[in-house]
Amino acid sequence: MNDTSRGARQRLLALSTRERIEACWTALDAVPAHRCVRGPETGMAMLKGRTGGTGNAFHLGEMTLTRASVALDDGTLGHGWVRGRDHRHAELIALADAVAQHAEWQQKLETHVLAPLAEELAERQRRDAATAAATRVDFFTLVRGE
Amino acid sequence: MYVAVKGGEQAIANAHRWLADRRRGDRDRPELEVAQIGDQLRLAVDRVMSEASLYDPELAALAFKQASGDLTEAVFLLRAYRTTLPRLAVSEPLDTASMRIERRISATYKDIPGGQILGPTYDYTHRLLDFLQLAGAEVPAAEIREEVTEAEACPQILELLNDEGLVEQEIDDGSEPADITRDPPDYPMDRAARLQMLARGDEGYLLALGYSTQRGYGRNHPFAGEIRLGQVEVEIHVDEWDETICVGEIALSECQMINQFGGSREAAPQFTRGYGLAFGHNERKTMAMALVDRALRAEELGEPIIGPAQQAEFVLAHADSVDASGFVSHLKLPHYVDFQSELDLLRRLRREHAARQAELDGTRDTASPQQEER
Repeated sequence: MNDTSRGARQRLLALSTRERIEACWTALDAVPAHRCVRGPETGMAMLKGRTGGTGNAFHLGEMTLTRASVALDDGTLGHGWVRGRDHRHAELIALADAVAQHAEWQQKLETHVLAPLAEELAERQRRDAATAAATRVDFFTLVRGE
Repeated sequence: MYVAVKGGEQAIANAHRWLADRRRGDRDRPELEVAQIGDQLRLAVDRVMSEASLYDPELAALAFKQASGDLTEAVFLLRAYRTTLPRLAVSEPLDTASMRIERRISATYKDIPGGQILGPTYDYTHRLLDFLQLAGAEVPAAEIREEVTEAEACPQILELLNDEGLVEQEIDDGSEPADITRDPPDYPMDRAARLQMLARGDEGYLLALGYSTQRGYGRNHPFAGEIRLGQVEVEIHVDEWDETICVGEIALSECQMINQFGGSREAAPQFTRGYGLAFGHNERKTMAMALVDRALRAEELGEPIIGPAQQAEFVLAHADSVDASGFVSHLKLPHYVDFQSELDLLRRLRREHAARQAELDGTRDTASPQQEER
């Protein structure tokens, strides 16, 4: 598994809700047994902004962040991080990371979890964009005089 | 003399019980859910997160409920909770240029790539009380432009429209910013540390200071170059993968203020800038922050310091509502011993004063009777 898809999967699962990930997991049969080897634990991430959006970094403030690491019975490790305090959410991301390292699981994970979630995320973002677009101003110029 | 202050446990317990009872209100009505606050009073939630300096909408909503809607108390609660958490990561700088736009306007350029998007705004409302809400009328869903398949790119206007170099550029010199939560503030403070303090500053306070610059106490001729609100993905670097990953997204408000010219013998005149950035939908806060940020650059830009908003130590040391309300509120703590010593001192001064008066009177008129000391 290459790094890009690992990062992309982590992003997709972090931007999806825990309820939806859980629902997709239950559609899978025989989810491998796993145990948490670190956390899940909640702490904070300090967020940086940039002066003027492009200039020097500054510390904006913190946000809650939860991380988890799990191990499958065969010792495969998986890691997950998510904004907020939902332990189960972080654990599910870590679990997906672990099982994705097994060839026989990759396809199942892709079909039953990642593909539907990616579709939902894209649709949610499209609707947001379409809602914002409805408030876009169409200027017209008034003709003066005559 | 030390007087131990003890007792009142039962009174305190009953006071808190009464508070909880008041907060719950009429038991015939359903209790307000934290989720409802997060959903329906989101601007209050955003303000609490911003001033508490902790992004967590659910906890901010809880704080708001627990504080019976007292925003300053809610900020205090969330700020206090923040101290219980370890810091797990520091994010990559948030890329506001890639924000998923909910609102984006410019008061300086009309035709901009991506357009002027009003978003969910109170602007242009007539500020008339809506009695339909009192009657519980149905609210129609937001209009959606279904033919839109993806968001149009909304580049940062100040970067895009600056071919002529008319506007000051903000360029990253790679310096590591100070962190006022780790190192106590030290004056003079650089801009990065100032922005961190302003970002958690009380909105009302910053608004008043920003307003003061507009009224002439450190005028800097601002224009709202761009204001944008929306969702930005948060990325952190993780050692496990030696990679930068996205851990979710947060709502942000950003204000790019363009201000009147700076220039020197070496540099041609150009517009200068002020910057505001805050958690959630906090447009007014970011505008006020940008005005104050610009005002605090007076010294750097060689401007005379004539207004309170330009005095960094004054502005920054009093911006935090947790600090301010803490120190004001401490006046309610028992000061019985302090006050007793003041009373003693005052009585002594008055005795001495009376004695001096008597002495003076005595030299003027030895026949007048001595006033008895109290």
